[in-house]
Amino acid sequence: MKTNRKLWIGLAILAVLTPLGLLLPTWLGAGSAWGEWGAEEIGKLVGYVPQQLERLGGLWHAPLPDYSRPGEPPAGLLGQSLWYIVCAVVGMAVVVGLSLLLGRLLARHEQSTTDMDE
Amino acid sequence: MHIPDGYLGPATYVTSYAVVAPLWAVASRRLSQSLKSRQVPLLAMGAAFSFVIMMFNVPIPGGTTGHAVGAVLVAVLLGPWAACVAVTTALVVQALMFGDGGITALGANCLTMAVIMPFVGFGVYRLIAGHSPVGSRRHWLGAAVGGYVGLNVAALATAVLFGLQPLLAHDAAGHALYAPYPLQVALPVMAVEHLVVFGWVEAIVTGLVVAYLQRHASELIPARTTAPGEDVA
Repeated sequence: MKTNRKLWIGLAILAVLTPLGLLLPTWLGAGSAWGEWGAEEIGKLVGYVPQQLERLGGLWHAPLPDYSRPGEPPAGLLGQSLWYIVCAVVGMAVVVGLSLLLGRLLARHEQSTTDMDE
Repeated sequence: MHIPDGYLGPATYVTSYAVVAPLWAVASRRLSQSLKSRQVPLLAMGAAFSFVIMMFNVPIPGGTTGHAVGAVLVAVLLGPWAACVAVTTALVVQALMFGDGGITALGANCLTMAVIMPFVGFGVYRLIAGHSPVGSRRHWLGAAVGGYVGLNVAALATAVLFGLQPLLAHDAAGHALYAPYPLQVALPVMAVEHLVVFGWVEAIVTGLVVAYLQRHASELIPARTTAPGEDVA
């Protein structure tokens, strides 16, 4: 379908533009989202690190933490931007795969055009 | 608005999972009744859109960042239950692969962004769009206002979850064990930044995409021809 193709292209363009979401906050000196600080940052903000916050916070180690290269994140903005795009593409591919699978499992097959429930 | 691990105590995150789990079950039952197989690619696109739009962090200069969620856009096109499934999928991948939002907090994050936001936003959209024809400006306007209101109500709900933590769990010295800011701090900060900045981003994104689809792919926007009050979701 032609429309679908246009929309997929739109999504691909968005993936390429994602570094804006990394660069603009850097250039304008904006920090984390409110309530999404790391333990260290929160220590500076309130003067102590809440005990359980630190413990629970280390629960999960994501393979691509913060949409960046695993291990040592790249130092420069260019490297970070490229990894950001890689993460956008990988993430979208997984999201699309999962939701196509879910959708196919759930969706009704079109035998008739009537909208009767079961 | 992605609550990380460690910010919510067990009482809150277990309750959130307990509330959202049955809603996931209802959502999948609803989709199995109403989702047509030709709509499956649109569902996948909706989920991918929600995933990628959340990567566009919008800065408040010298302050915090925030982003649109896209939940109301998906709700306008496929209904709020489909939006629940699409945004949940995006949030699960964000948490597991990118550490964006916690594992323990996933139930809470789904409750705010995949349930509260699409349902509130869709309700506002339906109120404004009414039974107007698909080409009417009431559709994009309704979607934009729905996005604005939906994101703001979700942000308030997140602020309540944050703000309850110091009340629920603290040590003898009065130090919070989880998120440290009380309601009187969390509520105004989250409300103001979403009312003044991030809500507008959501409104513009949602309104623009709906306006584009009205012009170029109006078949994607469901016309409401049923009687009022009949099958809202």
